[in-house]
Order: sequence, then C-alpha cells, then structure tokens
Amino acid sequence: MQEQLDDIRRKALDELAQISNVGDLDEWRVNHLGRNGSLTTVLRQVGSLAPDERKEAGANGNKTKTLLETSLEKRTEEITNLVLEEKLKNDRIDVTLPGTPLMQGRMHPTMQTIQEITNAFVAMGFQILEGPEVEWDYYNFEALNIPPGHPARDMWNTFWVDYEDKDGNRPMLLRTHTSPMQVRTMENREPPVRVVIPGRCYRYEATDATHESSFFQIEGLTVGEGITFADLKGTLYEFARRIFGMDRQIRFRCDYFPFVEPGVDMSIDCFNCQGKGCRVCSSTGWIEIMGAGMVHPEVLRRVGYDPEKYTGFAFGMGPERIAMLRHGIEDIRLFYSNDIRFLQQF
Amino acid sequence: MRVSLKWLKEYVDFDLAAEDLAHRLTMAGIEVGSIEQIGQDWENVYVGHVTSVDTHPNADRLRLATVDLGEEKITVVCGAPNIAPKQNIAFAKIGALLTDSDTGEKSRLKAARIRGIQSEGMVCSERELGLGEDHSGILVLPEDAPIGIPLETYMGDIILDLDVTPNRPDCFGMLGIAWEVAAITGNPVNVPKNAFAETDTPISKRVSVDIMDPDLCLRYTATLIDDLKIGPSPVWMQQRLIAAGFRPINNLVDITNYVMMEYGQPLHAFDFSTLTGGKVIVRRGKTNEPMTTLDGEERTLSTDDLIIADAEHPVGLAGIIGGGPSEVTETTTSVLLESATFAHTAIRRTSSMQRVRTEASLRFEKGLNPELSIQALRRATELFVNLADGKPAKGYIDEYPGMVTIEPIQLGKNHIKRVLGIEISIEEALSIFTRLGLQASTTNPETIEVKPPFWRSDLAIPEDLIEELARTIGYDVIPITLPISPFPSHEPDPMGDLKNQIRHLMIGAGLQEIITYSLVSEEMLNLTAPENLFTPVRIWNPQSEEQEYLRTTLRANLLKTFSLNQRNVESGLKLFEIGRIYGKRDNELPEEREILAAILGGQRSELSWQGEDRDIDFFDAKGLLEHILGHFNIVATFEAAQDPVFHPGRSAVIIVENTPVGHLAEMHPNLNKKFEIDTEPVAYFELDIEAILPHIHDGNYQPATRFPAVVRDLSFIVDTETPSGSIHEMIRTFPSVVSVVLFDIYSGDQIPSGKKSCAFRVMYQNPTRTLTDDEVDIAQRQLLEKLQREIGATLRD
Ligand SMILES: [Zn+2]
Repeated sequence: MQEQLDDIRRKALDELAQISNVGDLDEWRVNHLGRNGSLTTVLRQVGSLAPDERKEAGANGNKTKTLLETSLEKRTEEITNLVLEEKLKNDRIDVTLPGTPLMQGRMHPTMQTIQEITNAFVAMGFQILEGPEVEWDYYNFEALNIPPGHPARDMWNTFWVDYEDKDGNRPMLLRTHTSPMQVRTMENREPPVRVVIPGRCYRYEATDATHESSFFQIEGLTVGEGITFADLKGTLYEFARRIFGMDRQIRFRCDYFPFVEPGVDMSIDCFNCQGKGCRVCSSTGWIEIMGAGMVHPEVLRRVGYDPEKYTGFAFGMGPERIAMLRHGIEDIRLFYSNDIRFLQQF
Repeated sequence: MRVSLKWLKEYVDFDLAAEDLAHRLTMAGIEVGSIEQIGQDWENVYVGHVTSVDTHPNADRLRLATVDLGEEKITVVCGAPNIAPKQNIAFAKIGALLTDSDTGEKSRLKAARIRGIQSEGMVCSERELGLGEDHSGILVLPEDAPIGIPLETYMGDIILDLDVTPNRPDCFGMLGIAWEVAAITGNPVNVPKNAFAETDTPISKRVSVDIMDPDLCLRYTATLIDDLKIGPSPVWMQQRLIAAGFRPINNLVDITNYVMMEYGQPLHAFDFSTLTGGKVIVRRGKTNEPMTTLDGEERTLSTDDLIIADAEHPVGLAGIIGGGPSEVTETTTSVLLESATFAHTAIRRTSSMQRVRTEASLRFEKGLNPELSIQALRRATELFVNLADGKPAKGYIDEYPGMVTIEPIQLGKNHIKRVLGIEISIEEALSIFTRLGLQASTTNPETIEVKPPFWRSDLAIPEDLIEELARTIGYDVIPITLPISPFPSHEPDPMGDLKNQIRHLMIGAGLQEIITYSLVSEEMLNLTAPENLFTPVRIWNPQSEEQEYLRTTLRANLLKTFSLNQRNVESGLKLFEIGRIYGKRDNELPEEREILAAILGGQRSELSWQGEDRDIDFFDAKGLLEHILGHFNIVATFEAAQDPVFHPGRSAVIIVENTPVGHLAEMHPNLNKKFEIDTEPVAYFELDIEAILPHIHDGNYQPATRFPAVVRDLSFIVDTETPSGSIHEMIRTFPSVVSVVLFDIYSGDQIPSGKKSCAFRVMYQNPTRTLTDDEVDIAQRQLLEKLQREIGATLRD
C-alpha cells in the first residue's frame, strides 16, 4: 500500500511539474484526485485492509492527498502568474497619449481676490457681511457725514433710481461705495465691531482702462474701546503683508473722506521693483492700495455709539485694482468682458 | 489748481526742490498730480532789446529788426506787426527748440534766407515759446527785463498741478498753499498789505445793496472804483495768470482773476454805468425769468437760482457767471467790485441745474468763509488803484446777514493719544498749529485752544486738529499695533457660506465663473425675463439704453456671454454666475435675491483621441443641478413647465419641499438665434440660492446597517406620458425600499405605441434583520400591484 502511495505521489508530482497551462491542471486533478483518480482508487482500498494496517494506511493516504492538493494550488498560482505576466507583457500603451480631458472650471479673478482679501481679515477676527446694492441716500451719503449739497458729493457720481418720494425727492440710488454698510452694521450691532464687507458698487463714470461704472469694493470697519490710528496701521500692515508679501512696507498720506477723521490713503512699496520705480508704480516706488481713516465722531454719534467711549477705523479698497496690480492686468474692462480666454488664466 | 513756484515764492520762501516739495505736499494731503517745467527747453533763447526796426527791401510786410543781446547785435527778418524799437523781447538763436506756430510741433531753429536777406535767429511769439496760444505778434517783455540773460533764467517756472480735495477750498488760493509750505518749512507767510487811498465821496451815497434772500447770500461786500484806465495788465501778472491757466484779457478782468488765485475768493467786476439805479439786488430768480450769461447762453431761471440784479434786470448768476450788459468792456471807467459769500448749496444746485461750472462756482460750492470776502476785496481794490489808476470811493459796502463766529476748538492732550495712539507734546502741537496760521494757546497744561483762521473752513472739531498734527509730523512716526479690544461674538453668515460652497462645487464640476453687469436694457428683459416675477427697477439717469434697468434675471447676460465665447473654445462651453436680481417694491428698497445660473452647450467633453462625444443637453444641466443640491442633502422634484424663453418640451420647474426654487430647461431655439448662438441645444438652469437655504439640514448620522440588501430589477410598461419622476417617487417611498435607479427606458419595437418600457433596479433592506427571499418576493409583487393600480403599469415579459 505504502509503495503504491509513494508511486502515485512521485508520478503525480512529476506530471504536475511538466504542466504549463490551466486546462491541463484540471485534467491532472481528475486523473489523480478525481472520483476515479489514481489516489482515490488506492484510498478506496484502505477499508479492506486489516484493522491494524488500516489506521496507518489511512493516515499516509491522507498525507499524500494533502500534499497533492497543496502542490496543485501552488502550481495553479505559478501558472496563473506566468500566464498573467505573459499577457501584461503584451499589453502596452503609449503613455504619452493625453489623459481623458476634464473641463477646467475657474473662479472669476475678482472673486478670487475678494476671497483672499477677506480671508486675510477673517484671520484677524473680522466677520464677512454683505449688504444691499440699492440704497437710500441716507446710508450712502447723509449718515456718512455727506449731507445734500455737500461739496464732497462730487467725489461719487451717482446712478439714481427712478423713484420719487412723496416730497418729490429722489432718495434711492445704486450705492457708490460699500461704506453705507458701516452705518447699517453699527445700527444693528453693539461694539465691539470688526467686519469686512465685499460688494458691488456703481458710479456714473465714463468707462476706460482704469474706470468701470460697475466695480467691487471691500469695506472694513473696526469699532471698540481704545482703537487707535496705530491699530489701523497694524491691521492694514498685516493685510498688506499677507496679500503682497511678507517684506512689504506701508506708507500713509493724508487724504479726505468725509466719514473719517483723520483720513488717509495707504500705499505699499512697489512689489514689482522693490521701491526703485517702474511702470507699475508710475516710477514713484509706491502704489496706492486703499483709503482709510478713523471713524468720524459724527458717524458714531448718528448710530448711537458714544464717541467719548468708542473709537474705530474704517477702510475701503477695490479688489479689481488689486487683482490688476498683482497680475499685471492693464485694463479693468477685461473683468467684465467675460472673455473665457482671459478668465481661464487665473 | 496750477501753482507757479515762482509766484508761490512771493508769499513764502522755500529752498526745496520741486520734486521734494511736491512729495511733502502730497504726503500732507495736498496731492500733486503732475509737475510741469516751463522754459526747460528754452536753450538758446535770450532776453533781447530791439534797437531799430527797418523796412525789408524786398517785402512790404516784413521788417528787419536789430536786436541787442548784450554782447552782440543780430539783425533778423521779422513779420510781427507789433514789433517796435526799444522793446524787450525773447530772441531765439540758431538751434533753439521752438514750437511751430502752425503745426504745434517742436523743431530746432535753422538759419534762413527770407526774401533775399539772411536771418540768423528769430523774435518769438508766446506760442513759439510754448507759453500760450497767442501768435498775433511777438511777446513783449517788461522794460526792466535784464538784457542778454537766458530767457529761462528770467521767465522759467515750475508748475505743480494740485488735486485739491473738496474740504480744502483754501488750497484753491496761492495763500492757502503758502500756509502749507510754511508748515513744512517753518518759514513765515507774507500776506499782502492791501493799503490804498480813497476819495472823499462815500460809496453808500452812490450804491445800495439789498440782499433779499439772506439764506443764500451770507455776505456781500463791494467797492466802487472810478477813473479806471483799461489796458493790458503788467507782464508779470500776465505771466502768472498764464501759468495758472488763465488767458489774460485786460487789467480789470486780470486783477479779479489774479486775486481769486491769490485768496481763493472769486470776485466780480460790474461796469457801474450799466447798473440801473445804482442798485444791486441779490435775489432768487423768478419762474421762467430770462437771462443771457457771458458765455452767450440764454437761460431760463427758476426760484432755486440766486442772481444778482440791478433795479431792473438780472446782471449775473450769483457766484457762477456774469450777465451780458454789465460786463467790463474797453470803454469801462467805473467798476463796482463784488466780493460776496454765497451759500455753497445754492451755487452747487444752480451750477448743476444750469449746467455751467466756472472757476468761481468751483470755489463757492466748496463753502467759503465770509471773512475771506473782505480780505480779497481790499486786495483787488488796491490792485485796481495801482495797476489801473483807479480812484476808490470812500469805504465799502458790507451787507452781512449770515454773520458767522468761528468758535475756538478745545483739544485735550489725551484726545490726541486716544485717536493717534501716540503722545504729542503741547509744545510741539502749538508749534505746528502756529506754522499753519492757526491761533493756538494753552488754557491749561493739558488742553490747547485753537481758533481756526478764516481761510480754513474745514476745521471744526478736535479730530480735525488731530489730523493737522498727524499730517504735519507725518504718519510714519505713529507705531504699528494691533487692536487689543476683544473679538466680537461670532455671527454666522449662512448665505455667504452657501454661495462659496456652491461656487466651489460649480468650479469643481468644470464650469467657468463669470461676473456680468447688473444693469441691462429693456429689450434684454423683454426677451428673457421670466413672466410675473420681479418688476424691474429703472435707473433715472442711465448712461445708455443698454444699462437702463436692474436685471430681474441672469438669462440675458449668460446668453450674451455664451454667444461671445462660443468660438473661443474647442468643445463645450460651461459658464455660471452667482449674482443678484432686483425687484421693485413700493416705497422701500428693492428686493435683492442671490441667484445661481448656469449655461451649458456643445460637446460634453473636450475633443479627445478617445473619440467623439455626445452634445450637452437638458440632462447634463439636470445632473449638475442634482449634484449641487445633493451636496446639501436636498432632494428636488421637477415638473414640466411652460416658459416662452425655453424649449416648450424641455423645460421644468425645480421644486424643493413644495416650493419652486428655480428653472431647468433647454433654451428656445429662437432665443439662441437672437443671441447669435450656433450651438444647439443650450441647456440652462437657475436656482434661487436663498430659497434653498432653509432646506439645508445637517444629515443625521445613521450607523451603516449590517444586514444585507437584496437587489431586484423591475421592468414594466406604462403610458409614454407617465413622468418617470413620479414612478421613481412611488417606488422610492415603498416600504423596505432603500434606493431605486432607473436604468433603462425604451419605446419602439415590441412596445405598443403610446407606451414605454421602464426598468428600475430596486434595493430592499431592513435595518434590523435580514430579509428573506420570500419577503422580498412579496414586497416586489405588492409594489407591482401598486404600480398597476395607480399608473396602469403592466409587467414586461
Ligand atoms: Zn515699481
């Protein structure tokens, strides 16, 4: 019996080593391990042996069976791998062919700039707000210390809405700046206040390379106890560094906006020429970025804030102008041209 | 405001270079827009003296002028009618760069032979020197001009062109600028003394002034000057006026302009002989009262206009422009010289209603202090005496109904620190104020009292004074700190967050963001606006018909942008905008709603070697929309809808929890044609972002069930008209169904006409136990029965 088993084992393993395709493997399994296979036939005889031989023969038979089965598994895997390897070897592509294209969507450069700028302020504890684009004269002018007939009204050429109140006045307009939101914010909140307000504005102006009748602004307002001009400088310095680079310098000069006092204009040293003078900075080494100032006490008083207790600063800038500076765009009208060849560059 | 530095030096000394001065002024808030050099290119031009003028032997209209240049004498041919012996003139030698009087171009002077006479040089006109437009004759220089020196040394100048802010009317006068320079340099300001002798007859005997509307005229001062000799003003005055941008006319007019440039106070000279009744009446216009102004305009007045009238007629639009007959002419000998203060709002209103802006109105509408009028009046009267031999009547008219007293301002030392964040010593503050011409003193060791001078109408509160300090010491000295006040409590901005998320989702899905104008034309609204939505808001003063209304839809702008770009891309075009629409409301601000709109068309994918792709259609837009809504766990249903803008069979209303929140459609082909769009179809959707905001809920966390799901397919036939959305909904809401997908839809062969075959893959699952096959069979059968009952579905075999 033992000899028979040894014989079968030797023969089967020899055969198995010769096999090189999956179909022959199955034939081998039928020949040896199948219902009428060589091993099965021998094992069937175990029952007819004497009881003392039966146990040993059974154990040996099972051992041989296990051996053949694991050998089959191993050989199967070997052959499968060989076949696969052979198949992959012939499955070649041109890796330089273009990938399946996905359309590229992009954010409008104005929006990108607004997000970057507002994010810089959010990191300094500012909250983002928005407000109405159609406004009352009161919020756009009067509450900002610009009563009717005020000479400074000329600074903002206005689109008026075709609406007359019962007194025959035309008090509704398209906001000329985001500053009315200073008033609305303070009317609705108690100090401390720290907000940035991006939004669309409109001015009755001829359109050219640097002027658009429709444009965006970002307004900022901080009011609280103990806010000083030094804080204005610090906050805007941090903003300038985040947007224009960490080694930026800032400079303030006196300027006039009726709702701030003192009022200033902030410039940064030219990031293009590092202050040496170039086309970007009109050879001055400095680039005007925004208007700012300490909130006028009259504006505080109107919204019910006690100017003896609270001080604050406000600022306003044009994101399109900042995008133009950063990307070297020379014509503001491109932002509204919506030419996809322009938009897809950002 | 054009500031001649030579002229400025008459009031204040400074040795700063022009660029430095310009920089210092700009930093102090007086912005210098440009620096213009006069005479910089006058090389080879000298002051010369005409010793003799002889006739040209070969030409009647030409003459031979011999010019003494100190070290040499040159004889040249000259065609100017006004050349005469003993004149001082500007002489250009060969090589001088001159402006051609015909072409306006600059070229170098060459030697020339004119009608047989060699001419080596030229006597120049104003225009040839680039000084002005006059080319009627040569420029005659003053008698005391030093002969032989370069003209640039004598007449060269530097002009600073200032952009004056509306709060600083004082800087529309040379003296105002001089005070600014004084603050920078610490040098004193020389104010003109204005002394002159008067005759014995009091002015009040001959003139009366009546202010009928004292709310519009705060002060009216005037002098009366007789025996005036009209003629050209002195060359130095002409030079200064030209530098400032004025055209010299005659001595009387030039003096009023000159003093306006000096003080910032406009003046007006009336020919006294034309004032009927020796009367000046300051009054409102009468309704439809006619008046002709100096610019030749025939105007119709209203009761809003303030005018100056004599006993009978209007003689001037107050503070803006004079009226015809009262103007100074060549025969004028007596002048009533007006220096008044008008209400700035009235000047502004009339100037804008009558559409006339002048140097005078420009200054008046900023608001001038009444104290200024008398100063300027005395100065101008002095010049009338000195430069036109005038004899002023005794005294002056001074009607002053709007008397203002300038209140002193108290400025505490702490206040400075509270605003600027730095200490400024009382001594330093006092010194700065004094240099600016402000009367400042200490009332106690901590407080300064400041009385603003009459020319600084912008100073009223302590903060104004703090700005004076800051701009004088420079903002550089203020340190950089960050606010120490606590962060405000955070208030969420769900709309802003939602818009940003949607924006990023759209970009991620391959769409390009655009921003279009919110002002559109009526035509565009008629073409594209949804019916019965918003009433458009009209602009009262639109720039053009193209931008007359606030948009009530983004459709027109998206179609336009699509049309504009269709040739800029190789394949499909996918655009979106997040923007507002505006709807009129009664007596309140319009409603403004944030809309997401997307427009898609053309090839679904970009051109690729992997083969042609199908065109974008309704379902691409719908898939995109569902992708966006799905991100926020919003399930929308769609109902076929009619809108003339859209394809009648491919248009739907988007509904979320029974509320319509937008439209999804293919554009009507006729509309595409109107916008010159070649692509067909063009898919579109618009979504009211605010309307979906309330439906966004954070999904409740559900642990994944460990019991297996059973998947069965269900095919049946229904009427073609049965919306697949309602079948889908019926299946989805059936007990034990957890998801359902329509995976095939078919009509044609083997399907009766008017019917369609639908195949759904349905997934059954129970969260608490494993479903048996029998249970699923029963559920599937019951589901089919329900479909048979409700929509007449028949099982497909
Ligand atoms: Zn530069």
